[in-house]
Amino acid sequence: MRAFSLPLLLTLAWRNLWRHSGRTFAILFALALGVWSMVSIAALVRGSLEQQLTKAIENLTGHIQIHAPGYRDDPAIEHRMPPPGPALRAALARPEVTAWAGRVRVPAVVASERESAGVTLVGIEPARERGLSFIAKAVTAGRYLESADEPGLLLGRKLAERLETELGRRVVVMSQGVDNDIADRGFRVVGVFDTTPEATETNFVFVGRATAQRMLQLGDGISEIALMTPERNRLEPMLSELESVAPGLDVQPWTRLEPMLVLTETVTDTILIIWYTIVFVAMSFGLVNTLLMAVFERTREFGLFQALGMPPRHILGQVLMESLILLLVALAGGNLMAWATIAGLEGGIDLSAFAQGLEMVGVSPVIYPAFAVSDAAAANSLVFVLGLAASLYPAWRAARYVPVEAITRV
Amino acid sequence: MDQSTEHTVVCRGVSKVYRQDAVAVPALTDVALEIPKQDFVCLSGPSGSGKTTLLNLIGGLDRPTSGEISVDGRRIDLMDKGELAELRLRRIGFVFQAYNLIPVLSARENVEFVMQLQGVSAAERAARARAILKEVGLEGLEDRRPGELSGGQQQRVAVARAIVSEPSLVLADEPTANLDSKTAENLMQLLRHMNTEHSVTFVFSTHDKLVMDFSRRLITLRDGRIVDDVRRE
Ligand SMILES: Nc1ncnc2c1ncn2[C@@H]1O[C@H](COP(=O)(O)OP(=O)(O)O)[C@@H](O)[C@H]1O
Ligand SMILES: [Mg+2]
Repeated sequence: MRAFSLPLLLTLAWRNLWRHSGRTFAILFALALGVWSMVSIAALVRGSLEQQLTKAIENLTGHIQIHAPGYRDDPAIEHRMPPPGPALRAALARPEVTAWAGRVRVPAVVASERESAGVTLVGIEPARERGLSFIAKAVTAGRYLESADEPGLLLGRKLAERLETELGRRVVVMSQGVDNDIADRGFRVVGVFDTTPEATETNFVFVGRATAQRMLQLGDGISEIALMTPERNRLEPMLSELESVAPGLDVQPWTRLEPMLVLTETVTDTILIIWYTIVFVAMSFGLVNTLLMAVFERTREFGLFQALGMPPRHILGQVLMESLILLLVALAGGNLMAWATIAGLEGGIDLSAFAQGLEMVGVSPVIYPAFAVSDAAAANSLVFVLGLAASLYPAWRAARYVPVEAITRV
Repeated sequence: MDQSTEHTVVCRGVSKVYRQDAVAVPALTDVALEIPKQDFVCLSGPSGSGKTTLLNLIGGLDRPTSGEISVDGRRIDLMDKGELAELRLRRIGFVFQAYNLIPVLSARENVEFVMQLQGVSAAERAARARAILKEVGLEGLEDRRPGELSGGQQQRVAVARAIVSEPSLVLADEPTANLDSKTAENLMQLLRHMNTEHSVTFVFSTHDKLVMDFSRRLITLRDGRIVDDVRRE
């Protein structure tokens, strides 16, 4: 297309759009609404997924875990490992590791004067768990553990109710020691924690790691090392590094430890693709229909263009230009609306009134929209590229040879 | 030198047969015609006699079923669509009976439109459009859209557009059909003026006696054949 034709096509396209301003506004609104729904629904779904992932990773999983072989199949005391050696320590001290901790983690029974319950006993180094897991943030009564050595115990609120015990009371923890004897020890409940999902409150009790090691006669043995990195989706280099410095240990990323989360992520992506497709198909029908109407009512004009010697590709270009203007304006409007919506919902949307039981499956009832550039870019380029592609049909109808009667016979 | 180059239009044995529901409708039969440069020719004849068909064939808007047509010595019956479009753009100006103008463009923009397609610079376009609109008597109305102009004024814009890029031939199919007789007369005077001032060949059609009187040569069609061809000067 010669350069001179561009301003001409632009003028024609722009003015023709405003010949039927009502129709133009209607399609602009519909297109913008579609874009808005794509971008903001994506942000909501992403936000919800992001919360689930963050929650699960905080729920002791971390980004990477290291165990003795066999521990993941049978998390018993036999499958313990020695504390990290110098090479592993050096790897864990690298800046790519933002937090790490070694834990004792064994099956146990906790009993009050009235009730008992099967739990997982977790021995932690309290300071190291900050920035790694939820525990420190979740204590709502009493206090967090002060050292690995201390004699106190943290109990989930739900479990405390079940055991009919409370802050300040004593409970007994029993587990199998290294020598196959039953080890037991009394602890005072120094803190009660609240968290979601509820299962976490009933499944875990936390004590100081050294205290646990003494009780189980573990020496300095531990069950697992968990660590965090700055980026949960780029673990490959760290994984191979850890595998090389800890040969014979089982090094696993969160994607292997929590396969359900990966599935959730895949399902989320699929839902978004389906949503995008539905919205886009509806939008392109509207767009093509509007353009076809515009083309049909201007058959005579297109005939006149041809009679005057306008090349068909310019006629094609004129209709595509109309589509381009509609798409660009609608994309701008839709993105702006979506941005405003997401910004307006920064405080979160509380769905608890509609969705009781969400908490049980680990979905928070308050969703914080998370704007993902990649989702928005996908929505925008989908609408733009496929929108223009869909406009090729009406444009071709316009550029097609118009029968001479349409021009010369009144 | 080939004698056809002295003629703007040459038709030899031109026939056009329309097919309508498997019925052959002969619209033109064996038409032979030579139109010298700067001629001012009227095609007359009753409705259905083939005037529009002949003008469309000469303008390259439609193709003959058989026969040869040359414009400026070039065989247009042998041209493809792209060449025909180029021919119309560069050498032929059209004035139709109605719907001549692009509704979203002003009078000046309509006149500039063809020059824009031809790649004429903006400054030159503006100067030429202003001059020609003045010549057709539309000074001061340059920025009106077609909807804001009377029928006669619209036809004047169409004439200005047809003439502005100095084609060798202007074809006008019943240009006055929608005008009252006074306006029609003014328009014909304008066409005559353009014919002499700009040395452009004109071929127009009409079945209006008043309009025929402006012609220098009157060709009469009946049932697709030329039945009369007289010089009137
Ligand atoms: N597209 C067409 N299909 C069939 N017949 C046509 C078509 N166009 C014109 N005709 C016929 O060709 C003949 C000549 O028509 P036309 O050139 O329009 O005559 P005029 O312009 O003198 O009124 C008429 O009989 C008309 O019915
Ligand atoms: Mg006719």
